[in-house]
Amino acid sequence: MAARGVSLAARWMILGEWRAHPMRVVTAGVAIAIGVALGLAVHLINASALSEFSRAVSTVNGDAELQVRSVAPAGFDERLYPRLARLPGVGVASPVVELKAMTARPGEQITVLGLDVLRAAAVTPSLIGRPVTADGEGAHGPTNDAPFDEDAIYLSEGALEGRAIGQPIVLTAGGRTATFRIAGVAPGIGEGRKVAVLDIAAAQWRLGEIGRLQRIDLKLAEGVDEGRMRQAIAAALPAEAQLVTRDSEARRSDSLSRAYRVNLDMLALMALLTGGFLVYSAQSLSVARRRPQFALLRVLGVRRQALLAQVLVEGISVGLAGGLAGLALGFGLARGALALLGGDLGGGYFGDARPELVFSPTAAIIFLVLGLLTAVVGSLAPAREAARAQPAVALKNAGDAVDPRVSPPIWPALVLLVAGGAAALAPAIGGIPLLGYASMALLLAGGVAAMPWIARMLLGPVRRLSLRWAAVDLAFKRLWGAPSQAAVALCGIVASTSLMVAMAVMVSSFRGSVDDWLQQLLPADLYMRVDAAGAGGGFDPKAQAALAATPGVARIVFQKTTSLMLAADQPPLAVVVRPMNGHDRPPMIGGPLEPPAGETPIWVSEPAAWLYGWKPGQRIVLPIRGAQRFFVAGVWRDYSRQHGAVSLDATDYTRLTGDHWRTEASVDVVEGNSPKQVTEALRARLPADIAPRVTFAEPATLRAFALQIFDRSFAVTYGLEAIAILVGLAGVAATVSAQTLARTKEFGMLRHLGVTQRQVVAMLITEGALLGAVGVVAGIGLGLIMSQVLLHVVNPQSFHWTMETKLPWVLLASVALALVASAAGTALLAGRRALSADAVRAVREDW
Amino acid sequence: MSGAVLTITSLKKSVPGGRVLFEDLNLGLQAGEFVAIMGESGVGKSTLLNLIAGLDQADDGTIAINGVDLAGLGDDARTLLRRDHIGFVFQAFHILPHLTLGQNVALPLVLQQAPGDEALARAREMMEAVGLGGRAEDYPRQLSGGELQRVAIARALVHRPGLLLADEPTGNLDPETATRVLKVFADQVRRSGAAAVLVTHSEVAAAVADRTLTLTGAGLVERHGR
Repeated sequence: MAARGVSLAARWMILGEWRAHPMRVVTAGVAIAIGVALGLAVHLINASALSEFSRAVSTVNGDAELQVRSVAPAGFDERLYPRLARLPGVGVASPVVELKAMTARPGEQITVLGLDVLRAAAVTPSLIGRPVTADGEGAHGPTNDAPFDEDAIYLSEGALEGRAIGQPIVLTAGGRTATFRIAGVAPGIGEGRKVAVLDIAAAQWRLGEIGRLQRIDLKLAEGVDEGRMRQAIAAALPAEAQLVTRDSEARRSDSLSRAYRVNLDMLALMALLTGGFLVYSAQSLSVARRRPQFALLRVLGVRRQALLAQVLVEGISVGLAGGLAGLALGFGLARGALALLGGDLGGGYFGDARPELVFSPTAAIIFLVLGLLTAVVGSLAPAREAARAQPAVALKNAGDAVDPRVSPPIWPALVLLVAGGAAALAPAIGGIPLLGYASMALLLAGGVAAMPWIARMLLGPVRRLSLRWAAVDLAFKRLWGAPSQAAVALCGIVASTSLMVAMAVMVSSFRGSVDDWLQQLLPADLYMRVDAAGAGGGFDPKAQAALAATPGVARIVFQKTTSLMLAADQPPLAVVVRPMNGHDRPPMIGGPLEPPAGETPIWVSEPAAWLYGWKPGQRIVLPIRGAQRFFVAGVWRDYSRQHGAVSLDATDYTRLTGDHWRTEASVDVVEGNSPKQVTEALRARLPADIAPRVTFAEPATLRAFALQIFDRSFAVTYGLEAIAILVGLAGVAATVSAQTLARTKEFGMLRHLGVTQRQVVAMLITEGALLGAVGVVAGIGLGLIMSQVLLHVVNPQSFHWTMETKLPWVLLASVALALVASAAGTALLAGRRALSADAVRAVREDW
Repeated sequence: MSGAVLTITSLKKSVPGGRVLFEDLNLGLQAGEFVAIMGESGVGKSTLLNLIAGLDQADDGTIAINGVDLAGLGDDARTLLRRDHIGFVFQAFHILPHLTLGQNVALPLVLQQAPGDEALARAREMMEAVGLGGRAEDYPRQLSGGELQRVAIARALVHRPGLLLADEPTGNLDPETATRVLKVFADQVRRSGAAAVLVTHSEVAAAVADRTLTLTGAGLVERHGR
């Protein structure tokens, strides 16, 4: 019963406080809302994209229980099929040719599946085509032999768009071009997927895949132990093939973008953390201002716990309101971002898919709870302070709760900072730099906890200054004399500034390193490539010779990029085939090693070295046309393939595979010739079948394009950075304004003493600017330390590449100025408002 | 039980530096008894009020409210005792700026679990009694100093406490307003039947009490010749 009375009083107090200072509540609520919204939006987008990606994968895979897949696009020997089909425990095996093919439509790429219809009917029935007559009727009956017709092809709904049954369709794959007749549809293939299904023999014969398969779909016999079967099948596989399960497929699609997603999630949570600091800041100021009010309540018979509960309820209410608003905002944000940037938020992991937004109530509840927790944790310290205050002292309004002569303790901050430093040294957990993020959070907490001490250190010297200008002198003395208020104000500024600086330095370092790398990587005058190289083909030796002999070409270096799947649950490794002599090598990290005589050298990219633990001098085995042994001759820098790449000398590759085809080339032009002239000359010599697919670019264009992709990938990061700056500015404005307005009585007293309005305003501007400057100095310092964790721990552990620190001086200077100006400007505006009150009345007011 | 509302026996209090404010201080108050305590600045008048209210701890001696020794109570129990049995009037009014006048006055009742509407009704009665009828919905910033102190008096008595403590209630008011407020204060104290302790520097203020005591280092001394 007593609780009821206290809760009514608390309700009056809380509502009264909010009515009196709505903007403070709104600012704290908005900070929480932004954090929750960003977290939920990033999560929903990722979940939607992954679900879409998984659907896409299962569409092409059918419903096979197990699959044997080739590790490289070239496939494996089809003689594996009868061996597997006869393996005890295998119910049905269905051989599949899976190719990427180009159509005659510019840029259109289709997945071609060559199936043995009789086998596929038992294993992956959803992939089978259904014959349709030209008038749209289904063709049925035992006499229908369309499935075995070598011209017949069945298109999924997505591939059929703009085409008609009975029409021809031209496909180019594996360097071969063939014309088929659209004989029907593949109704079991998901909406939007471009898939063509045809007879396996036709696919092998007409698209140059004789004797090769890309996968075998398997259905196990009833009652067999799947685990034991997996082992038996894996033992029967050659190096070019790998066993894939639904689980490993799910893990592969997850690992494709996991680091990127976790990074975005963490950035969003950092925004929430900043929100927590702003709640702390707002609540601390509010409690400091209301100290005599709380004292009165204690005198009137309110218990300490009730005061603690009141401040916590205020925080919970802000967290709840902010959290609910954040959920709505997050849902809208996710929908907008999916439409604008796609499921990978511009990261380039899932192609151009525009997935449907999938709402997850569990995620919404989790983020709401996180928002609430943030607000509660942010309110906890101020609530305890409110409850602990001695009423008799607080009633006299003794001013700042901290004695300015007593040095604030630094050890809690040091403990947090040391723990943060130690966490930065720990390895990734499950491929995710969880302790790296923990390190950043600890450093942030440590930096903020050190603020009273740092503020004292930075403000100490100014206290001793004796300035002739009274307003500035007063400002200096007041900041030093109210250390806890200064520290609270600085807390929000430092939290948001340091996060913003850390992110800005990381992005600037990454972009700068990529730019430097591109300059080293693109030394030629001209570059050419065959688009959709996955569809096969490219420059054969004859075309290569013709292009090399083109007038104006001083030197031409051909290259090819293919892929290799080393683990069923990992994205494939890129294999870059190019001359690897001297200056043809990509930018190396450390000096290259000479391979021992008789050994084949291979150069691994930095992410590959990190992911697979490869080191220079080591021998590794890769399934390139059978298991081949290589000597790791060096590590090269690569910012374009997060999942790793290896470079193989073109001569070695051809010797091992017999593949002479190349898909890219770099050209040095003869002095005096312009790249444009040489481009035209080269174009004239291109074989007719690939000419429309070959694009030319000069290095500047490629660099600009690469940086444009980089910027698109980091669009969300830039967005989060902008939000961090805005939240920081809002925090500064709210804090300074709250502190200024709380000092109406002091201004009234100063006016009584003969201080002019202009002097009071000057004092406030100085205070605001000084507070902002101290916050910015500390925030930038802390941000630079945190940026080193991002650069040297989080980035290598997430994306497996290292980079040098490059400071964005202009951005840092602009933000520093904006923060200082914001603090000074807000102090000015709030000061004018506070000064508008009647000075006589101000000194007579209690609070 | 003696029936005394307040019993102070052999009370001693020093300040943190070690200086003894007072010792062997004794005082007993029955219901309806109204005393004023005077004394020089720094002699410990406000400290004595804080000790009586359980907001500060004595070095020695006992303070009993309605026969309950404060020394034996924890913080929570002292808080509840204050809530139920003591009313306060401060020099600096301490009216919450963001609550209406009615809510300010009703606060002690609400804290005693009275339903909100009943508490507000009683608050309006008390405001009527102190001459502020019809202003329950106003906010404190619309009031003068004298009016604010009358709100504080209404708040101190709204829950019918057995003991009223007033610390320089007219210290922030001009003499004319102070006189009016003192009259209201004395009237309400007497009407309520509560025991009251008024700490003041002002002879005029002290004059409204039944008797006046002077606080010295040796305790409370009765003043005569009024």
